[in-house]
Amino acid sequence: MTRIAVVVFPGSNCEYDALTGVESLGADAELVWHSTKDLSGFDGVILPGGFAHGDYLRPGALARFSPVMDAVARFAEDGGAVLGICNGFQVLTEAGLLPGALQKNAGLKFLCQPTTLTVTSTDSILTANATLGQELVIPINHFSGAYVCDDETLARLEGSGQIILRYVENPNGSRGNIAGLANERGNVVGLMPHPERAMSTLLGSADGRVLLESFVAPRVRA
Amino acid sequence: MSDDEFAQIEAVLGREPNDLELALYGVMWSEHCSYKSSRLHLRRLPTTGEHVLVGPGENAGVIDAGDGIAVAIRIESHNHPSAIEPYQGAATGVGGILRDVFTMGARPLAVMDPLFFGELSDARQRWLVEGVVSGISGYGNSVGVPTIGGELTFDECYSGNPLVNVLCVGALPTERLVLGIASGVGNLAVLLGSRTGRDGIGGVSVLASAGFSGEEGALDDAKRPSVQVGDPYEEKRLIEACLELLDRGYVLGIQDLGGAGLVCATSETAARGGVGMDVDVTAVPQREPGMVPYEIMTSESQERMLAIITPENLEAVREVCERWEVRATVVGHVVEPLIDDDGNEVGMLRIRDGFDGEVLAEVPARSLADEAPLYDRTRERPSSLDAVLDDDPSNEPVGSTNEDLLSLLVDPGWVYRQYDSQLFLNTVVGPGRDAALLRLAGPGLPVSTRGIALSTDSNPRWCALDPRLGTALTIYESVANLACVGATAKAVVNCLNFGNPEHPSVMWQLSEAIDGMADACSALGLPVIGGNVSLYNESGGVDIDPTPVVGLLGVLDHLVAPPPGWNWRAGDALVLVGVRRAVGERSFPLGGSRWATRRGRRGGRLSEIEVSTLRATIDFVVGEVAGICAGMASDVTAVHDVSGGGIAAALAEMVAVTSVGAQVAELDDFAELFSEFPGRFIVATGDLDAFATRAAAAGVPMVSLGTCGGERLVIGSTVDLSVDDIAATRRGALEAALSALS
Repeated sequence: MTRIAVVVFPGSNCEYDALTGVESLGADAELVWHSTKDLSGFDGVILPGGFAHGDYLRPGALARFSPVMDAVARFAEDGGAVLGICNGFQVLTEAGLLPGALQKNAGLKFLCQPTTLTVTSTDSILTANATLGQELVIPINHFSGAYVCDDETLARLEGSGQIILRYVENPNGSRGNIAGLANERGNVVGLMPHPERAMSTLLGSADGRVLLESFVAPRVRA
Repeated sequence: MSDDEFAQIEAVLGREPNDLELALYGVMWSEHCSYKSSRLHLRRLPTTGEHVLVGPGENAGVIDAGDGIAVAIRIESHNHPSAIEPYQGAATGVGGILRDVFTMGARPLAVMDPLFFGELSDARQRWLVEGVVSGISGYGNSVGVPTIGGELTFDECYSGNPLVNVLCVGALPTERLVLGIASGVGNLAVLLGSRTGRDGIGGVSVLASAGFSGEEGALDDAKRPSVQVGDPYEEKRLIEACLELLDRGYVLGIQDLGGAGLVCATSETAARGGVGMDVDVTAVPQREPGMVPYEIMTSESQERMLAIITPENLEAVREVCERWEVRATVVGHVVEPLIDDDGNEVGMLRIRDGFDGEVLAEVPARSLADEAPLYDRTRERPSSLDAVLDDDPSNEPVGSTNEDLLSLLVDPGWVYRQYDSQLFLNTVVGPGRDAALLRLAGPGLPVSTRGIALSTDSNPRWCALDPRLGTALTIYESVANLACVGATAKAVVNCLNFGNPEHPSVMWQLSEAIDGMADACSALGLPVIGGNVSLYNESGGVDIDPTPVVGLLGVLDHLVAPPPGWNWRAGDALVLVGVRRAVGERSFPLGGSRWATRRGRRGGRLSEIEVSTLRATIDFVVGEVAGICAGMASDVTAVHDVSGGGIAAALAEMVAVTSVGAQVAELDDFAELFSEFPGRFIVATGDLDAFATRAAAAGVPMVSLGTCGGERLVIGSTVDLSVDDIAATRRGALEAALSALS
């Protein structure tokens, strides 16, 4: 069975939702406190949504210094699957594990609403089971979700298939309509929308399943 | 404090109080803490039921929801702080209500916010709306509790005194229920959370128990330091630490520090336990140097809890708190009560300078917590009301019905998109519908397929005309909202927002509203399990319209599919379910309606409704929708309660959401378009005959209205609008009003 660690920082708040999401797909998931320095034995790591360390200074800026982040970096380097959702995406960019940054939304308002995404690359641990061009309805829930990067980075991301999800209608001013991206190897991914909130039609959408199914699928490390 | 109250304190103590003691009584006997003007009347409310685990008087009401899960609910006001400092006022309102709920051992699962402002043509009101909504969003989203609904009302009566109410619901395994009681001599009172500062001193007395009477009103800068400042990150860690302490069984009793701070928490826990408590003011961690005992004891600094534990568990408690980076400090000892001259046990609250140091204040805990004077203030029905009732809007010229209808449509999406409404994966129906519907699930709860539904309701327009009937109708309206999502109402909490109780007309309104609530709750067998009274909502001597807000909690036994919602399909038949006409002189009353109010007509009479038919209708609708939620096939495709704006607005709201038009036959009377009274539902069905048969079998009246389809909403010869116009107007109304030239 795939073993997933869900990292809990003080101030995280989507840890139970992420845990429930991957457990519902048959994975064995466990909450892991941010002081953990060892992630061996896990097949995947999720940095969940929330407000790690209160988002003080700026989202992710303090969380990157939590002891667990060295372990996350090593885990990623060893080819382990790392998924940052919302605040987790912000933490990954602050930690330098993904390029670019997340700024305040263009409208300077917090936004909680459904969005439609297009799968623009399947070369990642999150989109491997999806099909290119597939549209997915998945909610966003953030104040700082506008993806930004310099021209050079954008060109590189575009060219290497690292942009895995784009908004059909851009809700927050993200550059290139980017909703989610992967590192070059495809084993570290971050996205602002919450796939764990789209696991059941009872709650409005089950389109997040294909993404988390990809994430928990057994795989040989890259 | 009055001379009589001072004399009463002298009688309790048998001597003159010192300055510190006087200050303690000052805050604890304030209107906000003691309910001294309302308590006599609140006793008339029904409060019991076999599923009620905790009724009024505790930090939150609790019901048994089944499957080993108890649900805690509480509503509060944070009106005056929000009028002065909207962001922090609203934010700390959220923080305070969460603590009330997790104090019971419950994990807070959802928040709702009924908000009332003046008209948006006034720049100050737009500033208040922006500030209050950002405050709720900023605190609620960060602390990690979804905001799943509320209410948004604009009326000139709130211009000088907006209302910010906040409701929280939480759930717990039934056996974990804890109360705010201090027990066991030798046990310790541990202060958890933030350090104590000078913020919020006198919040309950300076702010909450006085109106905005001066020329400056809410602009009075002198009141600003009485507003507390919130830190959601501290609160989040405090919630997790407290729930872990409760899970591990380390806590004997726990109480939040809200209004009146440490003096309230220590005196209330001691009074409930019948014990004494020694408090060392020097042990309280302080945010700034030079604080005096009075400040330390009455500060309303946020994000603090008081837990009663045994000395043996102190180290273990410290360990849990350290992990969550939450401060834990012993500030009190539970001590033996004294025996008075008559042989009675009297638990004393002693404030000391060091546990073995000088006694700075010594008063019976119960005298602070429970023995404030109660007032039966003068009540008088204002004689001016007769002229208002006689000015019925039924003679108002019809005018342009299309324009009138469009002017009544407001989509509150601009507000609720700023709230996280989905955390915990429970939200089946979120903000902006008749009622919110949640799965009854959460971390640490037993597995259940039940659902809970919540609705907050108020109608100050009705209550201004007839506070008794208006409040009763508000309860019925709220029960009907729950029916739309298939839930049966189980309990009521109330937030009674009224003007200055020293005005006899306000006391009359309050007393009448309580009677109306008692009437309706008794008729439906509903217990009132908690509440809050907010008085002195006035500005420049003018009271707000009476605004009793009710929060209803409903339960749904089996939730595996979403309720129908508002999305009908082309070809469906449209029906009006429920009694068509109100009782009495006016079958389609317009008094107190949104239509009449927009025309500037605020007079008229309300009509009674047939309660027996209303009950049958609600039971029928609950049954229809609950079947769908349980996964049964049904011909019903859409259900919406008829409320503000009447049948016309209900149909237009459904058109806007579903993007499919409807052709409706001419109604009996122009007034029926916009008339408002509870107990009627718009239902769309794919099989009219089958639906009509079921309604007839249940003895529920029903009338066919027309058919869904097309790109226009047509109602006889009165309304003819395109689907696009309706949707665009409704969607843009709030943003357009907020972006008006400042």
